[in-house]
Amino acid sequence: MNIMMLLEMAADGLPDRTAIGSLDDGLSYRELFDRSEAAAARFLDADLEAVVLCDESSAAVPVALFGAAWAGVPYVPLNYRLAANDLLDLATRCGRAHAVGDAASAELLDQLDAVNAEPTSSFMAVASPRAATTWSTNPDDVAVLLFTSGTTGVPKSAVLRHRHLVSYILASVEFMGAGVDEATLVSVPPYHIAGVASLLSSIYAGRRIVQLAKFDADDWIDTVEREGITHAMVVPTMLTRIVDALETRGGDPILGLRSLSYGGGKMARPVLQRALELFPITSFVNAYGLTETSSTITLLGPDEHRLAQYSDDPTEQHRLSSAGRALPGIDIEIRDDHGKPQAAGEVGEIFVRGEQVAGEYREQGSLLDDDGWFATRDGGYLDQDGYLFVQGRNDDVIIRGGENMSPGEIEEAILTHPNVRDVATIGVPSREWGEHVVAVIVAGAATPDPEDICALVRGRLRSSRVPAHVEFVDELPYNETGKLLRRVLRDNYAHLGDADG
Amino acid sequence: MVELKPGARFQSTVCTTQVIVVKGTGETDLTCGGAAMVAAGAVEISGSPTSDAADGTLLGKRYGNEEANIELLATKAGDGSLAANGEALSVAEAKTLPASD
Repeated sequence: MNIMMLLEMAADGLPDRTAIGSLDDGLSYRELFDRSEAAAARFLDADLEAVVLCDESSAAVPVALFGAAWAGVPYVPLNYRLAANDLLDLATRCGRAHAVGDAASAELLDQLDAVNAEPTSSFMAVASPRAATTWSTNPDDVAVLLFTSGTTGVPKSAVLRHRHLVSYILASVEFMGAGVDEATLVSVPPYHIAGVASLLSSIYAGRRIVQLAKFDADDWIDTVEREGITHAMVVPTMLTRIVDALETRGGDPILGLRSLSYGGGKMARPVLQRALELFPITSFVNAYGLTETSSTITLLGPDEHRLAQYSDDPTEQHRLSSAGRALPGIDIEIRDDHGKPQAAGEVGEIFVRGEQVAGEYREQGSLLDDDGWFATRDGGYLDQDGYLFVQGRNDDVIIRGGENMSPGEIEEAILTHPNVRDVATIGVPSREWGEHVVAVIVAGAATPDPEDICALVRGRLRSSRVPAHVEFVDELPYNETGKLLRRVLRDNYAHLGDADG
Repeated sequence: MVELKPGARFQSTVCTTQVIVVKGTGETDLTCGGAAMVAAGAVEISGSPTSDAADGTLLGKRYGNEEANIELLATKAGDGSLAANGEALSVAEAKTLPASD
């Protein structure tokens, strides 16, 4: 098993269809295959431990990914926005590597003895197909190494083997299932798991890929119109900005987009509700997954979104906050602190099992238990019908008076206030309680009364969840892939704590 | 007879068909075009499918048996049709999951 099999099938089945880029000057599946072979031939000439990509999205991304797979070398996309020292640290951890990057990154990385770096432009200039020996079909070969964003510490490298990625695609995508007019807009960066998964899914489906070099809401909207985009995936912060930009432009609905999927973080319900109105006939998909699970493991489909939008039934409305149900071949289980499986409605840690679940870091080895279960470190619960509700990282749990409370649960309650656009809850040190709750709110049209916020939480949850402080900000700190930086908030609001040290 | 296991790849000896095992384990009489399939590799194609096994295999389609304990994905198309333990395999229904990434 090798992800090259997916590209080879596309090149056999749809040789002349545009795989990536604009219809007039993009690369066909056959051309993408040939370029991957040319790249592989060069990689095979060197004795490599990694192929590093450090640049914005471009056609070079799939060429590096498949070229590396063909040559049997792990593909390692790095965050080109990192500070020079951090980038050098990560590249050093890759060992003997061929690096492809923007001019500045290439120059920087080339300083390392073990790295041979070249600019993306010169990498893509080598187009003539040179025969490469056939690729390995060992399913255990490492296809991709993805560094975690390190929001909670030193970045770890998640290991994805060919069998994980191929299993994910075969289980979730129909070969050549896309119509000839379909095109997907990729706006997540290459070093995000969705940046890898979107390439594999779209190529296997036969859906043309259009990339945004870097995300900008107006650019995104214009590209959707210009390129006839039918499918797109965004992280929540991107959708917030798209909705704002559309409203600034006068609020005309977008009708051409058939499918819009979002995931990778907490989606504020009010934003989603506005998006459902601005994209009135688009199929919305909420996907939940992790780097360690080869992307999506549960999804909330289009019908559930529209049902929730128009329903008066609270259960159906509430489904908008759900991550949906498990993909075929994926098992989900909620467990308490002692590992005991929880009944429907009971909150605990989300465990997942399936062929696509890698659950492995280079630094720690496999973290799967004997039965193949992976602990996501996300908290949440399943409802009676198997819908998963994710309530945030267990590392973010607030412990007040010995009671564990998930920020997500409190945030979900606060978000039901019509004038709350976004919210984060954190714990700050408290002499009396250990920690107490601070709610940091981005207000909507008017600033809500803090008393109303507290009353809302008291009414929906236990009184222990009521914020001790309600603060207002213009914007919450997210990283570029939409992960909320709670660490930054905890630092910013540490002065609200009353415990020493 | 070949040993089925998920991920194993086999090819026809009488046409260009190649498959990867999605589901199925154990000793199986796997044929394509009426001839036994072999492990994928550099194997010469000779002869042609027998007339009762020449409906063809389509690229990217999944083929399964009645009992649904064998499923093969065609990674290369060919003129021969697939059978397992004497039973002709038929195209499995397409999945309809929405695109999520």
